[in-house]
Amino acid sequence: MIRDPKDLKRYEPQERANHWVVGISFILLALSGLAFFHPAFFPLTQLFGGPTWARIIHPYLGVLMAISFLGLFVRFRHLNKMTPADKEWLSKAQNMVNGNDHDMPEQGKYNGGQKVMFWVMAICMALMTVSGVLIWRAWFGFDITLVRLGAVVHAAAGAVMIGMIFVHVYAAIWVKGTIRAMWYGTVTRAWAKQHHRGWYRQMTGK
Amino acid sequence: MALQSLDIKQRSATTTPSTQVRETLEIAKLIDVSACIGCKACQVACSEWNDIRDEIGTCHGVYDNPMDLTAKSWTVMRFTEVEQNNKLEWLIRKDGCMHCADPGCLKACPAPGAIVQYSNGIVDFHQENCIGCGYCVTGCPFNIPRISKEDSKAYKCSLCSDRVAVNQAPACVKACPTGAIQFGSKEDMKDYAAKRVTDLKERGYEQAGLYDPQGVGGTHVMYVLHHADKPDLYAGLPVNPSISPLVALWKGFAKPLATLALAGVALGSLFHYVTKGPNEVAKEIEDEIEREDSEKEGAK
Repeated sequence: MIRDPKDLKRYEPQERANHWVVGISFILLALSGLAFFHPAFFPLTQLFGGPTWARIIHPYLGVLMAISFLGLFVRFRHLNKMTPADKEWLSKAQNMVNGNDHDMPEQGKYNGGQKVMFWVMAICMALMTVSGVLIWRAWFGFDITLVRLGAVVHAAAGAVMIGMIFVHVYAAIWVKGTIRAMWYGTVTRAWAKQHHRGWYRQMTGK
Repeated sequence: MALQSLDIKQRSATTTPSTQVRETLEIAKLIDVSACIGCKACQVACSEWNDIRDEIGTCHGVYDNPMDLTAKSWTVMRFTEVEQNNKLEWLIRKDGCMHCADPGCLKACPAPGAIVQYSNGIVDFHQENCIGCGYCVTGCPFNIPRISKEDSKAYKCSLCSDRVAVNQAPACVKACPTGAIQFGSKEDMKDYAAKRVTDLKERGYEQAGLYDPQGVGGTHVMYVLHHADKPDLYAGLPVNPSISPLVALWKGFAKPLATLALAGVALGSLFHYVTKGPNEVAKEIEDEIEREDSEKEGAK
């Protein structure tokens, strides 16, 4: 039952499904990856059937995430081009964080912050994929210097990604009325008008 | 295997101190390259004592057999022909784990207790804790550990820790027919090496010396080399080995800092929520849209 047929459609079912494949693989990768990142997180391997299983499974989950992330990248790349309005938005991001979002410049489907998130995640994902292949000893055996470099890059890019995802998830919790877009695809018109006025006008013709 | 008669001084992926109280003797194996005849008795003794039988390989036209260390060959003789002082020299080096005082394998290992360093200096792999990631290979400055294709565990020379624990010399030492492999306290081995170096110098090897690289804090397997100024002559023995700066960065201070930063982001988000409150859709915008809707209804 649709509560309000005038709600705006923000995501297609395939887009949502794609996002959740990425999300689930990311969570599993972060938990198993952290276990090898620092001894403090090593007990997390128990979630995967023990440390050896965690080591075996982690790279295959990585392949799943790399492929599904590529899907998201292709779907949303054109919507994430940086514009001067985005840069202005970013320069005023401090106001937004403080909760005064009245004077923020008008934003399309995505604001500058979301676009930065998109590109940082895309770059990190590329780094993770390449470095992950370099250190995947079950299948590959690269030159030792490349493997060492891969280990450093993999750990660093992984830490950046986990930090960014904390921000991503928190932003969705903080901005009320957002999470439903990723559950069933719609947002209210009021939500769109307040947070993404450019997109609101484009969708409603107002 | 856990050996109760040997204290564990350092343990992989463990952030609290291991046993430090008892003071035990630091041991070392000394390989006098100048006295080695390349008979490979040490390889056989290693295979026999440790119950490992590598695949019988094929002849590659050189004396090296097997051609490299494997999960089942923990020591191999490496043969090099070089010309020094207008003379052909046949250098034979017994390769294997150097048992570094600052072991790169142990530093890189993410599995608690898979790699330990005993207080006597032996670095040992405990395969029951090994997860098969190969980080020890990434960390080692001497390219020693090998991952088994059968069980995906890492293997290398244990310096016969099981023998040393009961006051026996390693199997290779026992088997060496020329006395090229010596075993004892590290101090005694240094003294013995000094005598050998003096002898070699008298015989015209001006640059003879002891290989006990300080870049890894010294090793518990040391070499007497006739050309200590050129260790790389001996099948690429590293000139000045140390843990790679990349490995040091990867396993050093960056990770605890990153962990703190991540915790900061997570806690920062929580406290942002409870101090600034949620970002809700303004009542006035909702009313505005409701008004527009009812105006539209009225116009019909």
